[in-house]
Amino acid sequence: MTILIDPQKTNNESLQPKGWLRYFSFSLDHKVIGIQYLVCGFLFYLIGGTLASAIRIELASPMSDFMPRDVYNQVLTLHGTIMIFLWIVPVVNGAFGNYLIPFYVGARDMAFPRLNAVAFWLIPPSGLMLVASYFVEGAAQAGWTAYPPLSITTPQSGQIIWILSVLLLGGSSIFGGINFIATIIKLRRPGLKLMQLPMYCWAMLGTSLLVVLSTPVLAGTLILLSFDIIANTGFFNPVLGGNVVVYQHLFWFYSHPAVYIMVLPAFGLVSEILPVHARKPLFGYTTMVFSIMGIVVLGLVVWAHHMFTSGTPPWMRLFFTIATAFIAVPTGIKFFNWVATLWGGKISINSAMLFSCGFIINFVFGGITGVALAQVPFDIHVHDTYFVVAHFHYIVYGGTVFIIFSSIYHWFPKVIGKMLNEKLGILHFIITFIGFNLCFAPQHWLGLNGMPRRVAEYDPQFQFVNQISSLGALLMAISTIPFLINIFLSVRNGKNAGDNPWNALTPEWLTSSPPPVENWEGDAPLVEEPYGYGKEISEQN
Amino acid sequence: MTTLDSSKEIQKNNSEVNETHEDFRMFGLITFLIADGMTFAGFFAAYLTYKAVNPLPDGAIYELELPIPTLNTILLLVSSATFHKAGKALLKDKNSDSQKWLFITAFLGIIFLICQLFEYFHLPFGLTDNLFASTFYALTGFHGLHVTLGTLMILIISWQSRINCGRLSSQNMFPLEAVELYWHFVDGIWVILFIILYLL
Repeated sequence: MTILIDPQKTNNESLQPKGWLRYFSFSLDHKVIGIQYLVCGFLFYLIGGTLASAIRIELASPMSDFMPRDVYNQVLTLHGTIMIFLWIVPVVNGAFGNYLIPFYVGARDMAFPRLNAVAFWLIPPSGLMLVASYFVEGAAQAGWTAYPPLSITTPQSGQIIWILSVLLLGGSSIFGGINFIATIIKLRRPGLKLMQLPMYCWAMLGTSLLVVLSTPVLAGTLILLSFDIIANTGFFNPVLGGNVVVYQHLFWFYSHPAVYIMVLPAFGLVSEILPVHARKPLFGYTTMVFSIMGIVVLGLVVWAHHMFTSGTPPWMRLFFTIATAFIAVPTGIKFFNWVATLWGGKISINSAMLFSCGFIINFVFGGITGVALAQVPFDIHVHDTYFVVAHFHYIVYGGTVFIIFSSIYHWFPKVIGKMLNEKLGILHFIITFIGFNLCFAPQHWLGLNGMPRRVAEYDPQFQFVNQISSLGALLMAISTIPFLINIFLSVRNGKNAGDNPWNALTPEWLTSSPPPVENWEGDAPLVEEPYGYGKEISEQN
Repeated sequence: MTTLDSSKEIQKNNSEVNETHEDFRMFGLITFLIADGMTFAGFFAAYLTYKAVNPLPDGAIYELELPIPTLNTILLLVSSATFHKAGKALLKDKNSDSQKWLFITAFLGIIFLICQLFEYFHLPFGLTDNLFASTFYALTGFHGLHVTLGTLMILIISWQSRINCGRLSSQNMFPLEAVELYWHFVDGIWVILFIILYLL
């Protein structure tokens, strides 16, 4: 059965507001939805960043003098939840996925445009609800993991609002995942083979599989947790005969894949950016595809490495240590491929390239500490210390957020039609890179020396190193200023970009900037070699 | 620049591309049902783990009565067959037959829910009595919610399948096929639930 696209029906743009108003409407255009995701996510990034600054101000001195201890707990819970569920997951999947995937598969829109809009519009209300829960006898205090019995014994209303908000965000994520799978598998332009797709499509396919398979488990777990809080059942309450470790297993069955949900799309995006700015084909396309799928499969069977101190039996420790160590193999393959892509390339040093290289450096560091943390003896030593905080932020900030900025510098000319200011961009990169490493590198030392995480007060001997870390956080906060100035100035009077300022070969650059409503004036182009850089030169030789 | 200008691999205005595409609504629904199935998988995993590692307090071991759930299993399996009949009838443009079969299916669903409630009221334990009781109500309740939604959807499509309505006909089978797939999925989950919860 086929569906005929009725031009009368799809061109219902006349019914929708024009100009900036469409960003506040229930728009079905994948490009508008992508921008909605990005801007909404960035606003929450500013809120989450403010909370992070509050944490670092508090930790600049050993006593809890900046805010009371329970407020500190609320701040760190909101910081973690906002950054993960409202900034990184929606932006790296929803924003770039929605904007780019239809171009890459040669389609005029996503497979299910209405579902797409619903998935986005679930985010602002749940985010606002989460932030507003601070004013209802305090926000959740149990951290982004919401481990019982802590989450059962802390004030209830904040925790319940937290659960409701995460359930809605999880639903949004599942709807998005279904849409991406259908778009990539079913909506490809005729003649376009799977192995000709740009790497970001593969990354999003893998990510969406993880979303669809693991997010529902988190939803079920949180429903059970809310029963424990509201209805006084005892699923996870040891006093009533329940079992807290079951919560941890179910939670990490989602939340370990969630790390890949946050970082696989970044792997895809960096695979798009590096070949363009190094003027070389992506090295090892096939191995890249198989390593993404390898990470998806392995990512589903490593969750208990978060639980080595939860009374895990020895056979489980052995299995999960080995499985986790195996993940280093496909990840390592990807890193060698990126370095080989850069090797001997005609590299242009611009903001997008710098942020991508910063990503490679930071992520190698975070990956090495990750393999270290998978080893049981080491993990038991540093469990729940600042070493884990440092590792996590090297992956998620040093990895994914660097790539988000890199992608903004790379695709801004396409979306707006104007170039960003390179000087401000490079300044943004330098401050971010120095600030980030100054903030999180010392935390490895703090963790190894036994400073526990998630506590407002600490041993005064750690004060000096904590102040260095806080200085780094200050630099990171400052780094958003040149970025915002850059965006503001460039949108108003930036240099005109033209259709293809980077001379890139992927399909989104083969249309006008900004693209028309249905992506192409005529038929979608068939791009058989999205990374065919330098072919002409080698043929001449 | 040179690479782009050559662009042998980029063929614009390819006339092979026409503005039709395959119907992939069913594909999206299957993906959603896989996700929904994972929620149940999580619940089942939790239940089996509790059964293995968390012994119930003394004197709290409850036997579940089998007659009502067995009747419920039969009801749901029969309703799957009647739904299938409705689809066959609609394919042959026998709208009123199709509507009749759909009503029977919805009726069986409602009977299932009434039996479920009857079982709830006659069980010797409540939601918060112990871990087994809580997981029992969570699992059957979550499944019951699915049956409720399914029954409502069947009633809606049986209303839409009336003659001259135009929403559902042999030309447009998708609403019926989608609800049918969902209904079979709910049946399948019930069979697994029945085996794990009542028989094991």
